[in-house]
Parts: sequence; structure tokens; C-alpha cells
Amino acid sequence: MSPRLRLRVFLVAGSGLFGLLIWGFAGLPDFGHFHGVYGQLLNRASTPERATTDVITAVNFDYRGFDTLGEEFILFAAVIGVTSLLRTLRGERVDTPDDDAPGRQVPETSLAVRVTGLLLVGPTVLVGLYVVVHGHQTPGGGFQGGVILATGLLLTYLSADYLTMRRVGPTALIEAGEAAGTAGFVLIALGGLIFAGTFFENFLHIGTAGQLLSAGTIPLSNFAVGLAVTGGFAFMLSEFLQQTLVKRRRQVR
Amino acid sequence: MLILVAVCGTCVVLARDPLRQALMASLYGLVLGILFFVFQAPDVALSQTVVGAVALPLMILLALAKVRFDEEERKR
Repeated sequence: MSPRLRLRVFLVAGSGLFGLLIWGFAGLPDFGHFHGVYGQLLNRASTPERATTDVITAVNFDYRGFDTLGEEFILFAAVIGVTSLLRTLRGERVDTPDDDAPGRQVPETSLAVRVTGLLLVGPTVLVGLYVVVHGHQTPGGGFQGGVILATGLLLTYLSADYLTMRRVGPTALIEAGEAAGTAGFVLIALGGLIFAGTFFENFLHIGTAGQLLSAGTIPLSNFAVGLAVTGGFAFMLSEFLQQTLVKRRRQVR
Repeated sequence: MLILVAVCGTCVVLARDPLRQALMASLYGLVLGILFFVFQAPDVALSQTVVGAVALPLMILLALAKVRFDEEERKR
């Protein structure tokens, strides 16, 4: 296809898309005027019914828990996919990490990065834990908190080195966290089936809205998802870092 | 705020060097997160910030580092 023809095809398609977009945007409700019945209903019902002050978490981990289970397994499958792609292939020799090799050529991390990273590790982990634990009260939850927690592990790499990161978060521990989190979430869902008769039914005492121990199974699910997400992201992170830092040369024979 | 998001998004598309693009994508993720927060969607804002500003650029950077390392290896 010549550039001219290509441009013409693009102009036709582009103007069509632009027209459709304008048409679509014109039909949108005004900002803040949501007409969905389901949303209005949940806004009213979730606090008295489930003692959550964060409706979104109530939707994610209770009313719509099955969807979240699916999302959880998407992440799980993605982690497995990355791991199997980055595995040590036959014919590849694993050398010592660059950071550790004698006569290393890795440029030293600047002191500013090290100190900033070190100062941020504590607050980051704390914020991550807060977001996971208070998922049913304030914005956030297992997923967001989990990624923040995994960022804490990245900060240890930035402020120290790869080996220190491995010591802080050994692969076995990360793997166990990922597996336990995913399994825990499924078990909580099954608990609903056993104790209340429906998959994902909230089977624990609901409590009073606003208290830390309230909302039945929602904080537990949050915790399980937080564990799984932390494990998943930390695992992908360490796999990628290993790929980048550990020398893998094809064996010369 | 909307204009800032649009400018950042355009910058991501226009950046040709993957390294610059990754850093720009990180900034774009952060700005988009702030936009969600301004529009009263703190849950989405948190997800957007952690994934768009941290996780995604990080994966790209690590992949770039790996590619670069392989190229150096081949030259040797």
C-alpha cells in the first residue's frame, strides 16, 4: 500500500471514528448524574447490610465476589506465564549475579537513591498494610495495598542490592504468599457455600460499620487478595530482576 | 487537569525512544491517577497510580535492561 493510499484509508476511518465518538459523548449523562439503578441501590444498601463504609470494596469482595475471583486467577495465570517464559532454558548456564561477580562493572547506585529508598521502605510498607487492612472502610483494598507492598520490596533492591532483596523476600516465601493468598480467597468463597449455602455469601458476623473488625468476610478476602497480589508482583519483580542481572550465557561446547 | 492528561498521553505516543516512553508513561499514569482522585474516584485512583505509575513502567524498564544486556553480550 502506498503512503498516499494509506493516509486516505486512515482519514476515512479516523473521521468515522471521530464522528462515532462525538455521537457517543453527546449521549452521556451529565457529570454526577448517574442513572444506573444498581449503583444507587448499592449506595444505600451496602452500609446497613455489610457494615462497610467503602461501597466499592463491598461490591468487589461481596456482591460481585465471583468476578474478583476471576480477576484473581487472571493475575495468577499471568504470574505463571511470566515465570514459565523466564525460566532457565536448557543450554543456558546460570552465572553469579552481576552484583556479586568479581570485577563487576555495574555502576554504583548513587547515595541519594540509596538514602531515599531506605527512608521510603518503612512508610511504603506501612501504607501498603494500612490500605489492605482498611479496605472495607477507606478507598483501596487488597489489590492496591498488595502492589504497594511489592513496591516496598523493589525499594530494598534500589537502596541495597539484589542479594539483600533476596534475603528480605526469599522466593520460597513469596511463592508461598502468592499461593496461600489465592487459595485463601477460594476457601473464603467456599466457606460461604458451606456455612451460608451460597458461594461467596458473607458468613461471618457483620459487626458495626466503621470498626476495624466488621463487614464479615470482606476484610479476610481483602487480606487474602493482598497476600496473593503482593506475592504475585514480588515474584514477577524478582524473576525479571534475575533475568536482567543474572548472566545467562548459552553454553559453549 | 484534563488538558494535562491529554498532553501527557500525547507525549507518550510521540516519544520514540522506549526508555523516554517508559518514563513518560509513568508520569502519565500518575497524572491520570490524580485526575481520577479529583473526579472523586479514590479507589480507581489508587489502582491507577500503583499500576500505571509504578508496576507497568517498571516491567518495561526491566525488559529494556534485559534487551540491552543481551545486545552487549552479543557484541562481546
